[in-house]
Amino acid sequence: MASDSEAMSRPANLTLYSYCWSSCAHRVRIALNLKGLEYEYKAVNLSKGDQFDPEFEKINPLKFVPALVDGDVVVADSLAIILYLEDKYPQHPLLPQDLKKKAVNLQVASIVSSSIQPLQSFFARQFFEKRISLDEKLTWSQNHVNKGFAAIEKLIKEIAGKYATGDEVQLADVFLAPQIFAGVARFQIDMSLYPTLARLNEAYAELPAFQAALPHRQPDAPSTS
Amino acid sequence: MEEPAKLTLYSYWRSSCSQRVRITLNIKGLEYEYKAVNLLKGDHFDPEFEKLNPMKYVPALVDGDTVIGDSFAIILYLEDKYPQHPLLPQDAKKKALNLQAASIVGSSIQPLQNLAVLQFIENKFNADEKLTWAQNHINKGFAALEKLLKEHAGKYATGDEVQLADVFLAPQIYAGLVRFQIDMSLYPTLARLNDAYNELPAFQAALPQQQPDAPSPS
Repeated sequence: MASDSEAMSRPANLTLYSYCWSSCAHRVRIALNLKGLEYEYKAVNLSKGDQFDPEFEKINPLKFVPALVDGDVVVADSLAIILYLEDKYPQHPLLPQDLKKKAVNLQVASIVSSSIQPLQSFFARQFFEKRISLDEKLTWSQNHVNKGFAAIEKLIKEIAGKYATGDEVQLADVFLAPQIFAGVARFQIDMSLYPTLARLNEAYAELPAFQAALPHRQPDAPSTS
Repeated sequence: MEEPAKLTLYSYWRSSCSQRVRITLNIKGLEYEYKAVNLLKGDHFDPEFEKLNPMKYVPALVDGDTVIGDSFAIILYLEDKYPQHPLLPQDAKKKALNLQAASIVGSSIQPLQNLAVLQFIENKFNADEKLTWAQNHINKGFAALEKLLKEHAGKYATGDEVQLADVFLAPQIYAGLVRFQIDMSLYPTLARLNDAYNELPAFQAALPQQQPDAPSPS
């Protein structure tokens, strides 16, 4: 579906506070790319503690990335940001009109953002690092990712098309892609257990909007040399 | 007001996620059949329940031939289908504020103090560690919510109407107080909101002890 450039809302000045490895920021990068929105990338290095900078705390009191600044509007939290973008920049809509399909998209997003990512995230794992072996930490993360992936696989199996909930890229895809990336790259998840998700992951690899959002393509990615 | 065919809510009395949906149904004046899922007895592992929500979590909602799991997805579905007493404002900033508050509760607090996580920590360490863990995450989230809402709160979290933020906040504050001994004097805005929720019938009727599966007081 070609976007009519007159229908596209031109942003005043978008700034995204992001960390290349943050899968939450990764979701927002995909959404911005899908909607053709340019933005200034401001790196917040979580491993160096940039999130504790008082200037950043003013923007996001929870001190997590991502945070989006759009003129005088500041929105933090990936789900809140993406639904804000949906309303303000309706090109390439990420939520279908059909209520059942919309609910599945929201449920997938919620499974990823509430039941998988927070439990395998950097901060949760740091707590355990002092007390539990690396192996047990990995097992913990894998358990949560596998549980979520098994549920999503069941949820979308019948309705998936080219993408998670049909033949258009939608909210579920925006949340799934970074989680699958993290699952494979960081937690050695066996994607052969989830044939639908594995197939979707291959489809995402073909999309420029998704490719450009990958961690190693970001300005703050470590150089590969 | 659209009248539903037949709404069924799969819920556990103490589940704060279920409580969010109960509040929403009450606010919108929607009657529903309550089906209890006893998490302590493992009802959520029943294959019949898994068909309703493959995550094996409460709540799940059945509306005619539509089945939805996850409180956030359920509540936004109810928002679309039964628009009476809307929970999301039109104003983009206020809407984002509500979504962010809901997300802080739903992603940064509740999942880190749910039953399964707490059982793991108690088994691995002990009950004291379990309490400390839960308190740390709740306090961190409440501190953030206090900062976020302080400037914007009116009678309720984001103004003078009950909105999505209130629906997510009320059960979390309740759990914090009743189960984890959170000192609400640290969060004056949240404490004031909690008092306001206690005055509202829609919120009162959604409280754990009001549910059909709540244990009778001894």
